[in-house]
Amino acid sequence: MGSNGIRDRVAIVGMGCTAFGEHWGRSVENMLVESTNAAAQSAGLALTDVDAFWLGTQGSGVSGLTLSRTLRIGDKPVTRVENFCATGSEALRQACYAVASGAYDVAMAVGVEKLKDSGYSGLVGTAIPDDGTVGMNDMTAPASFSLLAPAYAERYGVDQDQLKDVLARIAWKNHVNGARNERAQFRKEVPIERIKAAPPVAGMLGVFDCSGVSDGSAAAIVVRAEDAYRYTDKPIFVKALSFVAGAATGASDPDYDFTTFPEVVASARDAYRQAGVTDPRTQIAMAEVHDCFTPTELVLMEDLGFSERGQAWKDVQAGVFDLEGELPVNPDGGLKAFGHPIGASGLRMMFEAWLQLRGEAPPDRRITSLGEGRLALTHNLGGAPGECVSFVSLVGAEPGA
Amino acid sequence: MGGLIAYGAYVPHHRLRRSEIAAVLGGAAAPGTRTVAGHDEDSTSLGVEAARTALRGLSDGRAPRRLYFASSAPAYRDKTNATAVHAALRLDRSAPAADMCGAVRSGFDAVGAAIDSPVPALAVLSDLRGGLPGGADERDGGDAAAALVFSGSGEDASTAPVIAEVMGQGWATAEFLDRWRPQDAVASRTWEERFGEQAYAPLAESAFAQALKEADLTPEGVDHLIVAGAHGRAVRTAAARTGVPREAWADDLSRSIGNPGAAQFAVVLCDVLDRAGAGETVAVLLLGDGASALVLRTTEALAERRPAPSVGEQVAGGDDSLTYATYLTWRGLLDREPPRRPDPEPPSAPPMHRSTDWKYALVAGRCASCGTRHLPPADVCRACRHTGRMEPEPMADVPATITTYTVDHLAYSLNPPVVTAVVDFEGGGRMRCELADTDPGSVRIGNRVEMSFRRTQTARGVHNYFWKARPARRVPGQG
Repeated sequence: MGSNGIRDRVAIVGMGCTAFGEHWGRSVENMLVESTNAAAQSAGLALTDVDAFWLGTQGSGVSGLTLSRTLRIGDKPVTRVENFCATGSEALRQACYAVASGAYDVAMAVGVEKLKDSGYSGLVGTAIPDDGTVGMNDMTAPASFSLLAPAYAERYGVDQDQLKDVLARIAWKNHVNGARNERAQFRKEVPIERIKAAPPVAGMLGVFDCSGVSDGSAAAIVVRAEDAYRYTDKPIFVKALSFVAGAATGASDPDYDFTTFPEVVASARDAYRQAGVTDPRTQIAMAEVHDCFTPTELVLMEDLGFSERGQAWKDVQAGVFDLEGELPVNPDGGLKAFGHPIGASGLRMMFEAWLQLRGEAPPDRRITSLGEGRLALTHNLGGAPGECVSFVSLVGAEPGA
Repeated sequence: MGGLIAYGAYVPHHRLRRSEIAAVLGGAAAPGTRTVAGHDEDSTSLGVEAARTALRGLSDGRAPRRLYFASSAPAYRDKTNATAVHAALRLDRSAPAADMCGAVRSGFDAVGAAIDSPVPALAVLSDLRGGLPGGADERDGGDAAAALVFSGSGEDASTAPVIAEVMGQGWATAEFLDRWRPQDAVASRTWEERFGEQAYAPLAESAFAQALKEADLTPEGVDHLIVAGAHGRAVRTAAARTGVPREAWADDLSRSIGNPGAAQFAVVLCDVLDRAGAGETVAVLLLGDGASALVLRTTEALAERRPAPSVGEQVAGGDDSLTYATYLTWRGLLDREPPRRPDPEPPSAPPMHRSTDWKYALVAGRCASCGTRHLPPADVCRACRHTGRMEPEPMADVPATITTYTVDHLAYSLNPPVVTAVVDFEGGGRMRCELADTDPGSVRIGNRVEMSFRRTQTARGVHNYFWKARPARRVPGQG
């Protein structure tokens, strides 16, 4: 028994991603058509050449028919996937395994979300009939994640003003990156002082500490590694895929201290083992991480092994994760600036890895250190501190030995 | 006749300064404050809190075997409200739970029924009183609850020591129009004040005389006189006519609490008992659609069985920063713009029925194999993975400490912002819950909290009751 991974057995040979934002004039179907066709085109395929589909959407459609009806594709398997905010990554993981197993030659993972049609502020969960005691239903997403901030400050002796500066710098950095991304929802740099002065949302979090609520879609085409160069001269190879659903004990176990996501630690450890990564800070050249709220990104830097415990806040201030830093994080603007259409986000992260590894990112946000054979990481999370699901992938431009 | 074996009161945290009303609506500013139930409280939740205070000193074997619930502001019609109180207190299934709701005087009748019960009986008197903006009922009303436990009599009587014996009772029933409220009206109507004053006077005299006679007592022998009722002028007149010396008149708490309707006389009685010595007589006279009287005599046992917190401590611990606009909002008298969020969903009946002990009484689970506490009870232990039914683990009276917290400006509440905390219980166990009666700026990691029964929301006419934490009031280990 063990998690063996499928290192270098599959490759991504085509990707597409819509702009993310408030697409009042576009439907779920319209965005699916754009992302899937763009992915197929970049692989030199027709959609009818794809053998099987995995559609990730948290709540913008049910069943595989959401995709097959839209694309008018019949007689093909289409699986609808939902796993909180890691839905898009989960769709990709299924597609990769399907190809690695030999069951299909060409698989597509596609994620989509239309959040702006609800008419509500923020995210709206699906109500499951309950006894009225389920605390999570009463808490908004920013409130859940804001629980990290005072706990982190308490544990590591960071005072609240210092921590506010750190969180603001994370938002500032992601806005700087998003300003260099034509697909991003927010394309303006925001001064630190303005970030800090924003209206409060929950705890230490202001409006600028929260990811964008948006619409969007992204898609990837997966084939066996040995077939990859038939579709493109610059495929990216899957080195690791790890997914962990936590035992959700954080809300009931006093040993959990709200300064870490144990699920992320576990999925990172598994992914690093699959890919043979022993020193993530040097072996990884860029990371797309789940910065749903600024304290999340702070804690992730430690959980992913980029910073020592209790040190991430100093690394953030030192610019380690800036575009020009030692390990750029969220070079595309992240959930913060690119936006967070739930089902699409995991594939949007992979889309940035795709652009960067192929040298196709625009010059003003291109990461040059990727050329040295280092890897790109995507990290996608769903749920809340204490009870979440976590996905980590590693991809690289070179095939395995 | 048996006697009182336990008592407790609950005074909500919030106070409205009467001058706040005048500041908004104009007119003369009245002195003092009135209590206001939180946006997350109703007569059921206030009653549960009072009953918890009363029962805390009684061992399980001495639990009440009947429950009477009285209020002029019941949370539900058709559905019995006493059953939620029964569930929150984990009374035995065989113990009846009855509502005596509607009339303001119902509290006295619930106490009368508890006194007459052959088995130990609990009377919970709980009320929220108000009226139309700017009126006397709004200004002079109050929100509070009290719980009195009587011993029963004969072979089924409780073995708990009696703290006040019932010495005498008296009644004078009469049908006349003094105060009434049509179905669905938010405010009472009253007849001309002087008519009621005249109508009540002879009835009060008659009931009081009957109770004193039965107690073999003269007015001069009354150590504490409590005269209660919604008709303020008639109450003052009746008190003067009792012949009880003025120095024996109990403070009616109208300057701090106001008049909490069905609970009024019992809250004042609790306050008197908090201070009374052994062997002292307490006479209660209630005016309401007639008059009723009750005479008690305290015993030596009272001193050891006083509950915490006392009425005085609760009065002193209140927060009088409530604005009149917030008061009106909580009472549904000011229709505010809702947030751009979906309407809350009501809880579902079958899941509630499956988890009554957890939901209403905060009974967690203890792993049958390793003893780890679980809130809520779970099928599989998080520590040892033992699978199977957990042992019940009551948590309502276990103190806890804040581990982390947030102030949520996005979540919908009638009292924004919502303060949510992760709290860890003494002896193990964790829960994420809302903090009630809390100033958002005062919350710190490490603050001590205690659990409080609340109405967390109402959706589509369904009240959702569950527990929140509030800043600790009792000294740990006390009571």
